[in-house]
Amino acid sequence: MLTIKDLSVKFPSRFGDFTAIEDVDMSIKPGEIHGLVGESGAGKSTVGAAVIGLLQAPGYVAHGTLTLGDTDLRSLTPVQAHKVRGDRISMIFQDPQTSLNPLMTIEDQLIETIQAHSDVSESAARKRAVDLLEEIGIKNAAQRIKAYPHQFSGGMRQRVVIALAISTDPELIIADEPTTALDVAVQSQVLDLIQRLAKERQIAFMLITHDIGVIAQVADRVTVMRKGRVMESGDTAQVLGAPEHPYTKALMDAVPPLDRKLDRFRVPDTDGALPTQGDVAENWLLEGDQHERTGLSLENLTVQFLGPRTSFFHKPPPHVALDNVTLKIKPGSIMGLVGESGSGKSTLAKAITGLVSPNSGTMMLGDTELPFGKSRNRHHPSRQLVQMVFQDPYSSLNSRHRIGDILAEPLWFYGFVKDAKEREKLAASMLSLVGMQPDAITKFPHQFSGGQRQRIAVARALLARPRFLICDEPTSALDVSIQAEILNLLKDLQSKFGLTILFISHNLAVVRQMADETAVLRNGKIEEVGETHTVYTAPKAEYTKTLLELTPVMPSSWES
Amino acid sequence: MIAFLKKYEGLWLFVHSPAAIIATFVAALIFLGALFAPWIALVNPYDLASFSLFDGLLPPAWEDGANPKFLLGTDDQGRDMISSILYGARLSLVIGISALTIAAVIGVGLGLAAGYYGGRFDAIVMRIADVQLALPAILTALLIDGIARGILPAAIQQDLRVAVLTLAIALSLWVNFARTARASTFVQMNKEYVQAAIMMGQRPMRVMFVHILPNILGPLLVILTVDLASAILLEATLSFLGIGLPADSPSLGTLIRIGMQFLLSGEWWILWIPTLFLVALVVSINVLGDFLRDIFNPRLR
Amino acid sequence: MVYFILKRMIQSVFVMLAVAFLAFSLFRFVGDPVSQMTGVETSVADQERLREDLGLNDPFVYQFVRFTGDMFKGDFGYSYRTRQPVADMIASRIPATLELGVVALIISLLVGVPAGVYTALRPRGALTQAILMTTLVGVSIPTFVIGIMLIFIFGVQLGWLPTFGRGGTVQIGSWESSLFTIDGWRALLLPAITLGVYQLTLTMRLVRAEMMEVMRSDYIRFAMARGVPMRRLHYRHALANTMVPVITIIGLQFGGVIAFSIVTESVFQWPGMGLLFLESIRFVDIPVMGVYLVVIAFFFVLVNLVVDLLYVAIDPRLRISDVS
Repeated sequence: MLTIKDLSVKFPSRFGDFTAIEDVDMSIKPGEIHGLVGESGAGKSTVGAAVIGLLQAPGYVAHGTLTLGDTDLRSLTPVQAHKVRGDRISMIFQDPQTSLNPLMTIEDQLIETIQAHSDVSESAARKRAVDLLEEIGIKNAAQRIKAYPHQFSGGMRQRVVIALAISTDPELIIADEPTTALDVAVQSQVLDLIQRLAKERQIAFMLITHDIGVIAQVADRVTVMRKGRVMESGDTAQVLGAPEHPYTKALMDAVPPLDRKLDRFRVPDTDGALPTQGDVAENWLLEGDQHERTGLSLENLTVQFLGPRTSFFHKPPPHVALDNVTLKIKPGSIMGLVGESGSGKSTLAKAITGLVSPNSGTMMLGDTELPFGKSRNRHHPSRQLVQMVFQDPYSSLNSRHRIGDILAEPLWFYGFVKDAKEREKLAASMLSLVGMQPDAITKFPHQFSGGQRQRIAVARALLARPRFLICDEPTSALDVSIQAEILNLLKDLQSKFGLTILFISHNLAVVRQMADETAVLRNGKIEEVGETHTVYTAPKAEYTKTLLELTPVMPSSWES
Repeated sequence: MIAFLKKYEGLWLFVHSPAAIIATFVAALIFLGALFAPWIALVNPYDLASFSLFDGLLPPAWEDGANPKFLLGTDDQGRDMISSILYGARLSLVIGISALTIAAVIGVGLGLAAGYYGGRFDAIVMRIADVQLALPAILTALLIDGIARGILPAAIQQDLRVAVLTLAIALSLWVNFARTARASTFVQMNKEYVQAAIMMGQRPMRVMFVHILPNILGPLLVILTVDLASAILLEATLSFLGIGLPADSPSLGTLIRIGMQFLLSGEWWILWIPTLFLVALVVSINVLGDFLRDIFNPRLR
Repeated sequence: MVYFILKRMIQSVFVMLAVAFLAFSLFRFVGDPVSQMTGVETSVADQERLREDLGLNDPFVYQFVRFTGDMFKGDFGYSYRTRQPVADMIASRIPATLELGVVALIISLLVGVPAGVYTALRPRGALTQAILMTTLVGVSIPTFVIGIMLIFIFGVQLGWLPTFGRGGTVQIGSWESSLFTIDGWRALLLPAITLGVYQLTLTMRLVRAEMMEVMRSDYIRFAMARGVPMRRLHYRHALANTMVPVITIIGLQFGGVIAFSIVTESVFQWPGMGLLFLESIRFVDIPVMGVYLVVIAFFFVLVNLVVDLLYVAIDPRLRISDVS
């Protein structure tokens, strides 16, 4: 039904044309869910935008054919193309929070869409809209339809978005990362809904995602892209289970499995550094009492935030971010902390580092008690002993500072090395230790990719000689192959230097690869703690079981 | 290659923007003319001995009855227009730039601190800014001028006019800097590099000035340019209203006010030539401000 | 929602109190009120009695409270210059300034919003570039120069429109209006355009920037992907969302309109509050200056409260808070 042949899209820029996708071939049949997978910069979203005719200016289709049924999409005038949108092709965006017009009721948005494509009365359109919402799983639709988008929760909003997309009975829906912004439970409901719609209404879906688990779970066929080109295409089970193209193979090697623990990922370990150049930094880290291992224990830790004030007379009800959390992290071990968004994972990290002040409880780092929030003075030893690797490598390094200065800062600040030249030398050696070329010290952060920046961030944390490292979603902003490299690096460093690590992630599979013990957090409460293997194979808490069941994985029969 | 070009993207855009090049040229010409006015001007308009009433009301060189010595003609006192304009621009720029410097120091300092500390301190600074906003720039400036007239003894009033005017303009412009600095600081506060610095235990001063400030310079630079134009306009307006600088030390605004008397008579150059200079100067600065805004906010391109 | 409005009202009261304090300090500390009110021939004893009568020997806080209380009752004191009640002087000037300001604001909105929408929807068009360049020159020409140019062209050269004063006015109660005669409108036209041009360029640029931002948002792209008709997309979806921030800024600009009316009134000899204020500065007539401040701040605060209410009317997120 949808056929793409030799499609190339170019973006003219002042530095010449940039080719976003080149010679892409693809076809989708009615009722088929076609996964389009690839890492950032692969051009997957560009394919979707080209099909629906909404390429961001100044991008244009350079050559190739796009046909939907008998219609040649490229030959349409802008007015005709706009008619096709909604009528025959529709789209679902990533973030349900921003996809709906905040100033209009759901009803208005549904009715205008229905009336734009079929000549029906307003009451008929309204009836159809209510039926649609019911079908999509919104209870009490006749009333809920009067509501504004902000009155729906994230998952419900994505349902409304889907209702809007199918309200005109399109033949094809382009779903661009439709579940990336959603939690596991909601994601699984939305994926079920997409599968149902494909089956019952014979709608074809182009499912664009970076998540191979999602593809494995719902896609009938899959196309793998990289740097604007198609690498491999075919039935999902065949492409993912027995990949032929070396890129697909490498990609599959980098995907962390949920059901077992790998020792290491089979990915390259360094970014060009020679292994011996890191010796200086390694020796420096190992000298003195630095091999001593330090644990962390939290007891009955509670953190409350004030909610937004809505009245002069009543205090706003406090929002409990952490509720009586007790957690013991053994010296030299990795504690994994999993939970959905809003479960309090990051609050826990902030409480330990002193950015957030708990209301009650105790925190012990080794034998010393950690003062809360602002009462921890600037010279408290924990400021040096506890370090953190952040989620977003694009914001965790000061873009106006040289890499050398960023790395030397802890050495200078904690008074480890007095001489500026020595600091520079140690910083360069530390870069080698984390697998980077030492000459990076003269450059600025924007000259590096996300993965390289995360290596630099790790180097900065190590240069404070920490005994306790918090990794807060250190790989969530990275592509899966880069994620594997960073995870390998963290494993190596941990075993070499006996670091104690709190590893926070929403991704169960990643935590399984990293952690000795795992804690499951939900709404600020610890649901379950235990040996990682036990938690994953014999979960005690219902919540853990649900999480494990709903996480999309590849069927084990596919794995080579 | 692309990386190299991107690094110098601003330069590339500049070379390919005729408006920005012309604006730079015009602004630079006026700046330099103003800077070297004492050396290049034909007469010193503040020095009564350097010009003569006999040269009064001469038209520009291309009109009938002109004296080619006075390229753009003379005013009723016999002052060479070019000299008056150069000295006038010099005074306008001195006042504008000093006022801007004061405004920037106060505004950026308060804005950074408000964004960094948040809470009560932020609330107080922003309420003061609210009050300031309720009294727009020109009103504040007029008011300070009025107060100065009320408190200062008449004898020193004349001597302090430039200082009062500068202060008046500075106090009416600091809010722009404060609001921009505060908003940008808020954005930076959520960035992880700032959290990392705070977590290390670095001093607030260091976090604010070493870490945050370099990252918010872009929007501040835009405000700086746009507000330089505002400051010059404000000074001209105040002088035009007759409460800025007196006629014996004319700025561009004063020159225009003097020229107004000739609106109905034939000596058009006395009014329109200083006006043209003022507009050319402000347009150039605004074009550059717009250009900078485009660079720092490429999404609006 | 009630909380939101109440909070804004309390903030407004705070701003008004601060301005009142400013006015009070002006009155109290800039020059000596007593020597201003009396001549050289008044005896020291009489001066002392006047000081006592005015309550200038009372504690500072007490004086401020009384000052504010008097203002509430409409008692604004007397002008040093004319010895008339300041309340009457200002009241007689308010209509002229308000009519000028409102007409100027309407001109700026009627031209500025459509121009902003047009330039946002056609960012690369030739007309857009021309408009943008014109407005850039527009913001760079000082208001008084625009006034002079208009006077020169339409008053002096063409002789079409009067160049000063309010023309024919009609008395409605205590309100002297120039909106009901042709002559009045002819007199109003040039000053209103002068005052409106600057606001117009600001409004246009603001609408353009916000609209371009909105056009890039996900919900516009989604509406585009559903084939919502273009006209509806631009006006029902994009423009409505653009207006939320624009309204706030226009509220803030109203203060600017009133302030710049000082300049316009001076150029056109328009007998409004601004002209009165300029005169009072020249003569260091502190009570009039202070009251003018308070009146301007009051208009500003009032307009911004109305803006807040509009905000609530437009944006359902402020009206309905429950998330289910």
